[in-house]
Amino acid sequence: MKSAKFDYDRAGTLGDALATLGNADGEFRVLGGGQSLGPMMNLRLAQPDRLIDLSKVAGLDGIDAAGATLRIGARVTHARIEDGGVPGETGAYMKFVATGISYRSVRNRGTIGGSLAHADPAADWPSALLALGGEVVIAGQDGERKMPFDGFQIGPFATGLGYDEILVAVELPQLADGAKWGYYKVNRKPGEFADAIGAVVMGDAPRAVCGATGSAPFRVDAIEQKLAGGSTELSIAEARDMISGHDPGFDDYELQIHAVALSRAVGRAFA
Amino acid sequence: MADGGTTDGRGIGARVLRKEDSRHLAGRGNFTGDIKRPGQVELAFVRSPVAHALIKSVTKPAGFEKSVFTVADMPGMLPMRAPSKLPGYKGADYPALADGKVRFVGEPVAVCVAATRAEAEDIAQAVAVDYEELLPVVDMLAAREPDAPVIHDGWDDNIVLETFTDDDFSKIADRATVVVKREYRMARQAMNPMEGKAVFVEWDDRVDQLMMWTSTQVPHLIRTGLAQFLGLEQRQVRVIAPDVGGGFGYKVVLQPEELCAAWLARHLRAPVRWIEDRREHLVSGANCREHHYHVTLHATPEGDILGLDCDVTVDAGAYSAYPFTNGLEGAMAHGNLPGPYKLDVYRCRTRTVSTNKPPLLPYRGVARPGVCYAMEMTIDALAREIGVEAHEIRARNMVEESEMPFMSIAKKHFDSGNYAKSVQMAVDMIGLDELRARQAAPMEDGRLLGVGMGSYVEQTAHGTSVFSSWGVAMVPGYEQATVRLTPDGGLELRIGVQSHGQGMETSMAQVAYEVLGIDPDNVTVTHGDTGLTPYSTGTYASRSMVMAGGATSRACKVLAERMEIIGAHLLQCERAEVSVRGGKVISGKGEVSFAEIGRVWYLNPDELPEDVDQGGVEVTMGYRPEPDSGAFTYATHACAVAVDADTGKVEVLDYVIVEDCGTMVNPMIVEGQTFGGATQGIGTALLEESGYDAAGNPLNSTFADYTMPGATNAPHYRIDHIESPSPFTEYGIKGMGEGGTIPTPAAIGNAINDALKSIGAEVSETPFTPRRVRAAIAAAKGEAA
Repeated sequence: MKSAKFDYDRAGTLGDALATLGNADGEFRVLGGGQSLGPMMNLRLAQPDRLIDLSKVAGLDGIDAAGATLRIGARVTHARIEDGGVPGETGAYMKFVATGISYRSVRNRGTIGGSLAHADPAADWPSALLALGGEVVIAGQDGERKMPFDGFQIGPFATGLGYDEILVAVELPQLADGAKWGYYKVNRKPGEFADAIGAVVMGDAPRAVCGATGSAPFRVDAIEQKLAGGSTELSIAEARDMISGHDPGFDDYELQIHAVALSRAVGRAFA
Repeated sequence: MADGGTTDGRGIGARVLRKEDSRHLAGRGNFTGDIKRPGQVELAFVRSPVAHALIKSVTKPAGFEKSVFTVADMPGMLPMRAPSKLPGYKGADYPALADGKVRFVGEPVAVCVAATRAEAEDIAQAVAVDYEELLPVVDMLAAREPDAPVIHDGWDDNIVLETFTDDDFSKIADRATVVVKREYRMARQAMNPMEGKAVFVEWDDRVDQLMMWTSTQVPHLIRTGLAQFLGLEQRQVRVIAPDVGGGFGYKVVLQPEELCAAWLARHLRAPVRWIEDRREHLVSGANCREHHYHVTLHATPEGDILGLDCDVTVDAGAYSAYPFTNGLEGAMAHGNLPGPYKLDVYRCRTRTVSTNKPPLLPYRGVARPGVCYAMEMTIDALAREIGVEAHEIRARNMVEESEMPFMSIAKKHFDSGNYAKSVQMAVDMIGLDELRARQAAPMEDGRLLGVGMGSYVEQTAHGTSVFSSWGVAMVPGYEQATVRLTPDGGLELRIGVQSHGQGMETSMAQVAYEVLGIDPDNVTVTHGDTGLTPYSTGTYASRSMVMAGGATSRACKVLAERMEIIGAHLLQCERAEVSVRGGKVISGKGEVSFAEIGRVWYLNPDELPEDVDQGGVEVTMGYRPEPDSGAFTYATHACAVAVDADTGKVEVLDYVIVEDCGTMVNPMIVEGQTFGGATQGIGTALLEESGYDAAGNPLNSTFADYTMPGATNAPHYRIDHIESPSPFTEYGIKGMGEGGTIPTPAAIGNAINDALKSIGAEVSETPFTPRRVRAAIAAAKGEAA
């Protein structure tokens, strides 16, 4: 279980990294914390020709709460978020999510940007941040652009990132103090990838996400409408009906646990 | 007369801290993977991606023709053969590299050699193998069918071994008016020792020997097997097991990779290393536990069990591993199903079948976790049927202490113990009455509370007569130990068994202390080296403490006698006036330290008496229990679980263990072994599964989809002991290394079914995953899953 041969660049600046990507000859992959890409390379499921390591690029690990939105650098680790590095109610929500990601040793190295760019359907951040709303900040050959979380992930391990682009930050709404949120993950044991995720955030408008779907997480509009109408409860049976409307391709057990996850996420939000 | 030094708490029965811990806790262990030599090469195996196929061709990558070896390139490497004398047994030779045909995904087809593992994997990736696929046999029940494809040439079906014992059930028909029938499955698993398989081999011209360091439980058997299948004399092979990070039965056989590495080291004249990776383990090493049961209990309405009727199928995989064969589990299932219970009639058919999966190996507990699960789950089903507590059925049907020794209906010779007492103690410890009261109302979080238990009796340290009856080629006899006093009064103890987590460097030293009173810190225990230790069949079958402990005791006693002769002379007194105690030879007139004895024997023999034993202060003695029918450890485990009926997820809330392994040498080690075993049992019960699709492709090939029990799955075990010494063994010790795994699936399964009884649902297939539990609930409620 050793990686196939690859070339390795430790980029000094974002510009260098983007230039290398722009001139890619073969499969070039950006290395964040390496907690998913590393094992995939060792299993030879991923055999990139070149890795571009962002660990020495300045400016990717900031947490900036000064503006109207929170800006969190792509290289901020799960552990920093777990330890309360993000302020406010959004920080409390993210702390809750981060604490449930894998194990501390993985959280010490794994990054929020890496997780979003990798886009494993069973990972936490793609679902959790789709429920929060906000945007990803993407650096490309012609400067920065932003994409809303809605539509960023388009499938399993697939996002709107171009081959020559790098996810550099996320910009997130700061929830009002005391805003309701609930996150529920069904998995076999603490730290395992999710079998089902339910995420509910009562921001400017309610957002409810069904995650760990085998593809991209999706918002369940019927649940959001129900919550917008003032409901503070969601039965499993209702959740099953509402998720089914999205034709997610679940078998009956998968539908059940995703319904449970959303029902309990709502329960936690309004507990 | 030696009476050791039992008064200050370092002998038998003392909770001595393990001598091994200081190096392991500091990361200073020395494992096979730590060995390095100049010029060493590494191996990577090309493994079959298909379950059943003819190999049409193997194409080596250009420029690497001399780095890739198929079976045709390795003359003199014979297929491994593990014969059995059991009537009707069909053995299948196990070629170290596939010879024209592959029979499971992960089977080695070719081996690639390079300076590093990564480069060897590059070569392996570039080897092209042309397969002509055959229909695979994946499910063990399908394998029994007459129209199933036959896996081995020359066989007319896939039955490896069939056993059948009939009985006359009409004898009980009028009394046994309650008949409970159930069907169970236990999933295939991988054993997952923390250290996988690892081997390092070089040829040493100085001694004309193949030197192999390998992660094994049975170094002497590896030597015998290597010599046999490589055409070497056994004197030409030395096998050393250095630190070994867990065995569990995975390392009790000769592995194909060991054979290939040995051939290559000999012919390439280079040090060769192969370290198994986790994916190889989860694919090629998915090789244990898989059983299927039909169980019928015949009982009275009061709960007297009169008859047991079983039909057992064991999935033995593709080949028979050396030396224990793949027929062992079926034979053991037959002998162990009745457990600790008295029965009037017993009928049992076992069929061990070959499938296109990795060859079955004996995993900790060997057959008994499945057997216990099938029997104990059915007892609880009976209890629900007749409306009594299951523990009452257990207690009223168990063999009683006053009946010991007792020959069970399956011909197990129970030696000692109070089986029903373990049940009652477990009932008290788990707090059954309180749990029943709590069950009257739902739990605060809506989950369902259940309580269950499992009891077993386990034959341990069984010897020649038992193994002989199992027909295996390898039969243990007298176990030997060598003790040697060093010139400064320390003790070297050499045992042929191997310690790979059992703490034997400590517990064997405690036995030496018991006899000689020598501080365990002054005893060096050498094990796992065929060049330094007496021949032994190794560590398996919960035998080492009884066998090697007994041999150690015997050898120490003879050493004590020899030291007494020297000591008496130095003390100018009669032999009868001296004794060995506290690391000294003592008389009323004074004392002589072991260091003095050593000095005189080795350096100042002019001071020795005339009647000194010329064998000196080095002694080898053999031991086996009499009779050698085994020392029977038993236990009852009880647990409380919470079942989330919406997701099917099960949490173990509380877990208690009452066990009796006779005299405990080191209770701390006994408890550690038991907790570790029980945690593996939780893996079997709730988490671990090596699944296959219809084509025989493994579905659980990384830890992302093979779930091991972790710290969060291990409850805070509470344990209590009964100590019923075996009348047949030295000090009354019984083996106990495996027992922790045995009743756990039963106890947890029974607790789940107890939680689900209001719904009328039952689980019957391990692991009891959320999906399976939920399916059982949904089926009982008539809902969608």
